[in-house]
Amino acid sequence: MDETESVIRFENVGLRYGLGPEVLRDISFELGAGSFHFLVGESGAGKSSLLKLMYLALKPSRGLISLFGRDIATIPRADFPALRRRIGVVFQEFRLLEHLSTFDNVALPLRVAGIREADVQTHVAELLSWVGLKDHMKSRPPTLSGGQQQRVAIARAVIARPKILLADEPTGNVDEKMALRLMHLFDELNKLGTTVIIATHNEHLVKNLGHPCLVLEAGNLVTTGAGSRNNSTPQNNSTPRNKSTSEAETKGSRRSGTAA
Amino acid sequence: MLARILGRRADLPLDSDSLGRYLPFLIAFMVYLAILALMGLVILNALTEKWDTGVAGTLSVQIAPTDTPSQDAVLLQSVLRTVRATDGVASAEPLSKGRILALLEPWLGAVSGSEELPIPALIDVKLKPGTQIDVASLSERVSAISPGVSVDDHRVWLDQLVRLLQTIEGLAALVLTLITVATVGTVVFTTRTSLAVHQGAIEVLHLIGAQDIYVAGQFAHRALVLGLKGGVLGLLLAVPTLWGIGALAEQMDAGLIPEFNMTIGHWSVLICLPAVVALIAMLTARVTVMRSLGRML
Repeated sequence: MDETESVIRFENVGLRYGLGPEVLRDISFELGAGSFHFLVGESGAGKSSLLKLMYLALKPSRGLISLFGRDIATIPRADFPALRRRIGVVFQEFRLLEHLSTFDNVALPLRVAGIREADVQTHVAELLSWVGLKDHMKSRPPTLSGGQQQRVAIARAVIARPKILLADEPTGNVDEKMALRLMHLFDELNKLGTTVIIATHNEHLVKNLGHPCLVLEAGNLVTTGAGSRNNSTPQNNSTPRNKSTSEAETKGSRRSGTAA
Repeated sequence: MLARILGRRADLPLDSDSLGRYLPFLIAFMVYLAILALMGLVILNALTEKWDTGVAGTLSVQIAPTDTPSQDAVLLQSVLRTVRATDGVASAEPLSKGRILALLEPWLGAVSGSEELPIPALIDVKLKPGTQIDVASLSERVSAISPGVSVDDHRVWLDQLVRLLQTIEGLAALVLTLITVATVGTVVFTTRTSLAVHQGAIEVLHLIGAQDIYVAGQFAHRALVLGLKGGVLGLLLAVPTLWGIGALAEQMDAGLIPEFNMTIGHWSVLICLPAVVALIAMLTARVTVMRSLGRML
């Protein structure tokens, strides 16, 4: 894979909170532009921590992370907001701002980026009707159902057309049917060139969609890119119908070290 | 709709926290105290000036009465000549008997038919502006005419009085400084509380790519509005107080108290004060939030 195509690259990344034990150890992988990966692993395996490193909420304790080909350790703090605007995040508990309307929540990424208000109005209205929340634009999140809140969270994550979309258990509390519909939304975005990483517990989803997986086990990345071609590890939760196999390949940086 | 265009959109629910509830009252209190201190400063300043220019540059010469009025008159003329011949003296006029009696009235009561009462003669001496005269030598020369003649230099007690006033002025200035410090402190602590309350929302804004200045701007704007509210409230409280003090002062004898009228300058300072306080609150909130956000990744 071309080096410049790499959107996310981790090299021997370790993470510890304070003086505690390392929650992530020697994580190395590389994701190309337009790839689609699931991030799977048991609770406490470090999925959320790994995502937090990717959306720049945490600094690694060691190792190198580069986004869009830039080592984040060399990026001045003042440039972080611009970088974050290229990363859409669906947080685990949505983290919608409860005092703001659906519309204002979704508009937030555009507004913090200083987009003209007229454009904000049209874009947000467009996206909200597309995700079926046209009639709830003025509602506040607490008055919405779980599924509706989820769609607001996803709309907020994609409104600014991010180059990377990270989602932490986005299907955590919706039924299977809704989960598939949401996945379809991510697929659509992925077709437009966005690199997508979805942390999930939902094995059906992983099986049905057949995207490659990043598998975390107790802080170690035990496999990467189990796509159809690079079948480096026998993962039964990926199938050969990955539509963007060549791009979705991760560089097979297997982690070293022992599983705990 | 108008609010959306004119007002700044608030992404944080700052209206509902302690910052919004208490800050205006705290600021109103500060502004009230600041206005009183400021007005005290202005009045004292006027007073010092009046006393300084009104009494400085004057002397009085006192001539103790002798037994015979005719001798008194001769003595007075002789002393007048000596005083007027002194360098730096602009004028020297004897005070009329009536004026002297009026001055003595507080001590002697109304004295009528006072021909028998031995009353000293007083000469009011005005010096040329900006000159210092040798009071000691003048005193010596007039005492040579008669031992009962003495020179009273107002400067001596006036200097002490002026020094006292200046000390009080300094205190008022100190009070103003303390009020400013307390205002800044109040804003810092309420802003920090508010930051803690809205930690979650701020983090979300941060993670979706808001610049620190974007978040700080919301706090700063809020502090500006609350500061203005509090400032105006404080001003409204202070105006009746000032009016009351003015009314009291008017009833007093105007001899020592300067004619104090609020000029346009004074009023504009008063009206600007809430704005100044609001600006201080805004800058303080901004700096506080910027520093706090600076610790985030």
